[in-house]
Amino acid sequence: MNTILVAVIALGVTALVLAGVLFVVSKQFAVEEDPRVGQVAEVLPQANCGGCGYPGCAGFADACVKAGSLDGLLCPVGGQAVMTKVADILGLSADAAEPKVAVVRCNGTCEHRPRTAVYDGAVSCKIAHATGCGETGCAFGCLGCGDCVAACKFDAIRMNPTTGLPEVDAEKCTACGACVKACPRMIIELRNKGKNGRRMVVLCVNKDKGAITRKACEVGCIGCGKCQKVCPFDAITIANNLAYIDYEKCKLCRKCEDECPQHSIVAVNFPPRKPKPAATEAPKTAPAAEAKSAAKAPETTETPSTQTAPSTPNTQKS
Amino acid sequence: MKTFRIGGVHPSENKLSAGKKIEPMALPKQAVFPLSQHIGAPAVPCVAKGDMVKVGTKIADAGGFVSAAIFSSVSGKVAKIDSVIDASGYRKPAIFIDVVGDEWEESIDRSEELVTKCDLKPEEIVAKIKDAGVVGMGGACFPTHVKLTPPPGSKAECVIINAVECEPYLTADHSLMLEKPEQILMGVSLLMKAVNVTVGYIAIENNKPDAIALMTEKAKNFPGIQVVPLKVKYPQGGEKQLIDAVISRQVPAPPAIPIAVGAVVQNVGTAYAVYEAVIKNKPLFERIVTVTGKSLANPSNFLTRMGTPMSQLIEAAGGMPEDTGKIIGGGPMMGKALLNAEVPICKGSSGVLLMSEKESLRGEEQNCTRCAKCVAACPMGLEPYLLAKLGEYADWERAEKEDIMTCIECGCCTFTCPSNRPLLDWVRLCKNTVGGIIRERNAKK
Repeated sequence: MNTILVAVIALGVTALVLAGVLFVVSKQFAVEEDPRVGQVAEVLPQANCGGCGYPGCAGFADACVKAGSLDGLLCPVGGQAVMTKVADILGLSADAAEPKVAVVRCNGTCEHRPRTAVYDGAVSCKIAHATGCGETGCAFGCLGCGDCVAACKFDAIRMNPTTGLPEVDAEKCTACGACVKACPRMIIELRNKGKNGRRMVVLCVNKDKGAITRKACEVGCIGCGKCQKVCPFDAITIANNLAYIDYEKCKLCRKCEDECPQHSIVAVNFPPRKPKPAATEAPKTAPAAEAKSAAKAPETTETPSTQTAPSTPNTQKS
Repeated sequence: MKTFRIGGVHPSENKLSAGKKIEPMALPKQAVFPLSQHIGAPAVPCVAKGDMVKVGTKIADAGGFVSAAIFSSVSGKVAKIDSVIDASGYRKPAIFIDVVGDEWEESIDRSEELVTKCDLKPEEIVAKIKDAGVVGMGGACFPTHVKLTPPPGSKAECVIINAVECEPYLTADHSLMLEKPEQILMGVSLLMKAVNVTVGYIAIENNKPDAIALMTEKAKNFPGIQVVPLKVKYPQGGEKQLIDAVISRQVPAPPAIPIAVGAVVQNVGTAYAVYEAVIKNKPLFERIVTVTGKSLANPSNFLTRMGTPMSQLIEAAGGMPEDTGKIIGGGPMMGKALLNAEVPICKGSSGVLLMSEKESLRGEEQNCTRCAKCVAACPMGLEPYLLAKLGEYADWERAEKEDIMTCIECGCCTFTCPSNRPLLDWVRLCKNTVGGIIRERNAKK
């Protein structure tokens, strides 16, 4: 009995003394921290993806509080909703930032891009990229080993076994940019999501001369410049035998899509076109039947953007 | 018998074309010269479309100190300057020449007469080598004149000639030694003179007893040159392994280079090219290429002009076998699978190997069992299984600490792995990335 009493008293006294020490130390050496950092961190998604450019959500919260204004600060995962909350806490205003989405700029499916070699090395795009131009004649297109899939923390990008290309789920994609960094061929780009998820994209990054590109891929951009001429908004630039549509300038008129002889320009998430009276127009509009659009489309506009005539074989949706 | 100390493997030799005479290859219809055939800056074209060139005309200047000039191997008209898929697997700029006749530059001495006297000064020899566009003929294609210009503060003590040809299948160096022993020995003397040393070793693996006997016999007339027979082991032809085997010295970790232990290592083909460049004024535009493969009708050694498409060599050796699974530029251990047979022969193309589909198949990859066979095989004393994992997990800092930069990419680890893991693929990725990080860091300093 006595032993137990002694033990309890001894431990109790020790605990009291140490608690006192801890109390004093915590008051004496307390680190002044803006309480708002904690509040901001609380509304952040805590994905710690690094998509904002800071080391994790805590780093971003700290940066928001210290910055004084929210210009150029965006949590790609939380998007506008979270940034508004952050702005409320800090008493600042958050500019409306256009939501972005990762776009895979390659349409070299197994059908469009004939396989000319077999790669049997380690399954990694980076290694395949260092070995040579890959299984097809295209030295710029998707290698299909799925480095981007492994890099995505939101399960938003998946390989389609039929096309051999990665597909982005626009609903899950937070535009954190991890896949952009993972791709050794820089095929993936963050583009504005656009109204209703609609956008015009050149699904090709091939910088080879036209003849070489055409040999390697049926839907490769040959840099002919037709789209540039037809664009009423100056949104298209041609550099290194490759067209690029500036999403800031593009007004989604879809003129370039009709003009592109290679069907490299693809309209994503557009509603089906009204059948045109002229039957000759039909084959030209076919290419928009893009396999990716199905996965990317968050809305009900999942259907390929044309219903007119049956697609030509080479542009058939795989 | 001597060999290097740690690691190494014994792949089956398969020297199918050993003992075959060197046959001259017919001229191609069109010769293609990629501008980056060597380590360092790409060469800069000095001809334009429509220009007429002769055999031995310079068509591209060296693009810097670590670079080499390129010479036409044919006479004819420059068709275009375009791009071609070379051994790297990518499209690279190249000069295309349509062949017309076979007219040589007058300055080239085409006689077979052996010259064993040379009164040139060391600097003049190096200058001549540089002007002839000579690069290492073993496969790495490092410009020879750079190797012969020791950095300040270092002094060469001996020249080691790499005639081990440790790659299976290849016999280009072997056949060259059997047919041009004196020219090679004279080339070695020139190299010794160029770096001002009196000791030269010619290292030959003892699977080539005829070459050892012949070279030893002929070397008696050349003072200071000694033939060193070595035990057969891959990768004995690696610079560091060879130095260890021949003079028992170890080159420190990079950025140290072999000159740090006083050795200048050159390939036997380079020695021959040096002889031709210095004595015969003949720039480097042809080389011996082994065309081989188990299913090939007639494995041979061809004296080939640069720029000839590999398909022509394969045709001359009996045509592409039906069961071909891979065309490899170089030997089976360090060579690279090619995208097509139209890849032109370059300065470093020591062989064309046709592997059957069955041979070329990689086994199914299984889990690492930590058997440590790769560790035992690694000639640099590294831990390949660990480095490969670090590459997979992108842990570059740790990889640097584990000395990834000393890897010589010999492939012993992948060769020996019982689980068929693509170790070298990952190690190479890791090494390239870490190398990039180190270069970036040094540039910032």
